[in-house]
Amino acid sequence: MNRRAVFAQTRAELVLMSRQGEVLLLTMAIPVILLVFFSQVDLLPRAATAREPVDALAPGILALAIMSSSMVSLAIGTGFERQYGVLKRLGASPLGRPALLLAKTAVIVTVEVVQIIVLSLVAFALGWRPGGNPLLALGAMLLASVAFAGVGLFLAGTLSGLMTLAAANGLYLILLLIGGMVFPIDRLPATLESLAKLLPAAALAEAVTRALDGSGTAPAQPWIVLAVWATAAPALATRFFRWD
Amino acid sequence: MPAISVEDLSVHYRRDRDTVKAVDGVTFGVEPGEVLVLLGPNGAGKTSTVETLEGYRNATSGRVRVLGLDPIADHQPLMMHVGIMLQQGGIHPGMRVIEALRLYAAFYPDPSEPGVLLQRMGLRDRARSTWRQLSGGEQQRLSLALALIGKPKVVFLDEPTSGLDVSGRQIVRDVIRTLRDDGVAVLLTTHELGEAQRLADRVVIIDHGRMVAAGTLAELMNAGEDHGIHFGAPAKLDVSALSARIGAPVIEVSPGEYRLDSPPTPIVIADLTAWLSEQNLPLADLRAGRHSLEDVFLRLTGRQEQGESHS
Repeated sequence: MNRRAVFAQTRAELVLMSRQGEVLLLTMAIPVILLVFFSQVDLLPRAATAREPVDALAPGILALAIMSSSMVSLAIGTGFERQYGVLKRLGASPLGRPALLLAKTAVIVTVEVVQIIVLSLVAFALGWRPGGNPLLALGAMLLASVAFAGVGLFLAGTLSGLMTLAAANGLYLILLLIGGMVFPIDRLPATLESLAKLLPAAALAEAVTRALDGSGTAPAQPWIVLAVWATAAPALATRFFRWD
Repeated sequence: MPAISVEDLSVHYRRDRDTVKAVDGVTFGVEPGEVLVLLGPNGAGKTSTVETLEGYRNATSGRVRVLGLDPIADHQPLMMHVGIMLQQGGIHPGMRVIEALRLYAAFYPDPSEPGVLLQRMGLRDRARSTWRQLSGGEQQRLSLALALIGKPKVVFLDEPTSGLDVSGRQIVRDVIRTLRDDGVAVLLTTHELGEAQRLADRVVIIDHGRMVAAGTLAELMNAGEDHGIHFGAPAKLDVSALSARIGAPVIEVSPGEYRLDSPPTPIVIADLTAWLSEQNLPLADLRAGRHSLEDVFLRLTGRQEQGESHS
């Protein structure tokens, strides 16, 4: 694989992204605003273990940020690239699909690193004192990124650009509400709660929360849910993705 | 070995419940340093043929090779040496001209200098413009620049001059002639006869997926059983009276366009002009012997009755 080509493609995508206000709103502004607002305005119920609102909020907001970059932003970007014929044109260049996939992975990882640094600094400033095992949290985010990217590419590769935009934003809102990222999942009706626990959003929020609370544990169920999604979603995307 | 070879290619696909024969038994080759024009009305199968050569489509049957390679099985190595221009789009609307050129330059081992290409395409003033700010013609020229940046040996251009103004067309034609002089094999599609006539070393005419003619321009224009005289005059002439006078059949091919099926001897021409002058009718134009490519095209694709319905 041509490293210069992968680097150029990664750089081009990051430059384009930095000019798109709606992407920055989704990946950076919304998580920061939610984090600051709900840690200052003590409205949300929280687990008994959480000392301050920010302690309950920060892990969930990190999970939300991961979902917004690896699923929503990837889906919308790729959907429109497909509609504009960008993917088709790249397909007739020497870049190649593995290199394109690598570049897209590098873009997501870069954005996620920036998100994690910015959100952690804001949360520290708001008094967040995480314990536990940060490496475990990073592992869960990595696994979830693969799962979310599979879902995002499945949408982008099967729907038109505008339909992908609508579907990805709709999914974002629903998973924000039932993903245990901002609102605790145990306040949901029982059926909805058990359904939510099978989705990657709630699984990621739970895995990150448990990794960063005092115990630093890796509960089985959310990790299994993430692993299943991380296997199934990319497989579906590969099977159904249409390049033109 | 030809740079591009297409042998008995058929491309069928299913639409609703029907099988559409987009390409049906097409054969041709393109040598290095040659411009072959695939000419046909819209929907004739030109793009399907080119997309099979570019590796986007599977051949239903037949065989295509580019530089001796299979466009699908050997896609990656082949793309190093092939430049393509899609019929439209292909660039992110927010990407600047210079960014697109630098990005594609990074894909090839020995690319052309982006600045030189910008100059050649008349886009130097637009380097900082984004794709969506470009006019249709400027987008076409940027697409052409991206097709050439890797110094390809084979170039596929799908309707490269559509939507271009006069000066844009001139730039594109000059670039294509330079490619030919540099030994590049060029396959371009068009539905415009004028472009084919200006650029082609050889022409392949296809219609409804089938090849209806192939050859050099001179061969095509001299070809066929039709060596008659073509002339223009007011519509709805009394062709049977004229036929009787000349002693050869005359038909009105389209309103005001006539064909006289006779060798163009001076006697026949004299009879024709005498008959018109007796009726005090004007003669719009008169062509004998060689046909224009348009005559050939219209006859072969059977478009006389529909006039310009293909455009």
